[in-house]
Amino acid sequence: MPDSANSPQAAVTLRLVYLARLRDAFGMAGESFAAPGEPPTVATLLAALRARGGVWNEELAAGRAVRVAVNHELAAAGTVLAAGDEVALLPPVTGG
Amino acid sequence: MTVRVQTDDFDVAHEIAMLRAGDARVGAVASFIGTVRDVNDATAVSTMSLEHYPGMTEKALEAIVAEARARFDILDALVIHRVGTLQPTDQIVLVAVTSAHRGDAFDACRFVMDYLKTRAPFWKKEQTAGGARWVDARVGDDAAAARWERDAQGPTSGQAT
Repeated sequence: MPDSANSPQAAVTLRLVYLARLRDAFGMAGESFAAPGEPPTVATLLAALRARGGVWNEELAAGRAVRVAVNHELAAAGTVLAAGDEVALLPPVTGG
Repeated sequence: MTVRVQTDDFDVAHEIAMLRAGDARVGAVASFIGTVRDVNDATAVSTMSLEHYPGMTEKALEAIVAEARARFDILDALVIHRVGTLQPTDQIVLVAVTSAHRGDAFDACRFVMDYLKTRAPFWKKEQTAGGARWVDARVGDDAAAARWERDAQGPTSGQAT
């Protein structure tokens, strides 16, 4: 606590990847994104993306079946994110 | 065990011959081939494009095959899944499993497909007369995969004798 006022938080920059339907909906395959939250987690990331409103809020609304993978492993809401992580948003899979 | 994601078609006879080549322990080979239909949800489909998430998809398939090996008494397994643009009647996926006896081969083959449908990052987009549409996940696929969660507690406990 005492030091935090003077130590600027290093921005945690992530590589976001949008797959399949989400790529179409968002109009991009991915982006570099400075994640908010101390520490940033999957939940704080999704909240920040929802705050963009419009299609972001729609596609990522609670109850939509979007899964999140961090560095190619499925992650949970509480998973902590680190600088350089590749964070992918996956719609329900339909292979086979 | 082998897992491949590729745009090229595959030759089932060749793949199965390679899978069991020289292994005289093999007494059973079970395989499943998924193909492209020309109709989905009562709408004609002209072409289908399949995409994956390179890196994660291969890892997910390998994890599914490893899980099948842990659950069933199998000798080897092969999964080939195509991506890119496919036409009706084209082959999409091959799962082939070898074992000493048919039961484990059948069960493991079905298990791998059921898990692949719900856990492997692949997505289908269909071209129809009304435009392109992403295929929706099916509730039935989740139910098929969930069946294995229940089965995991049942049969194994009764085999002690």
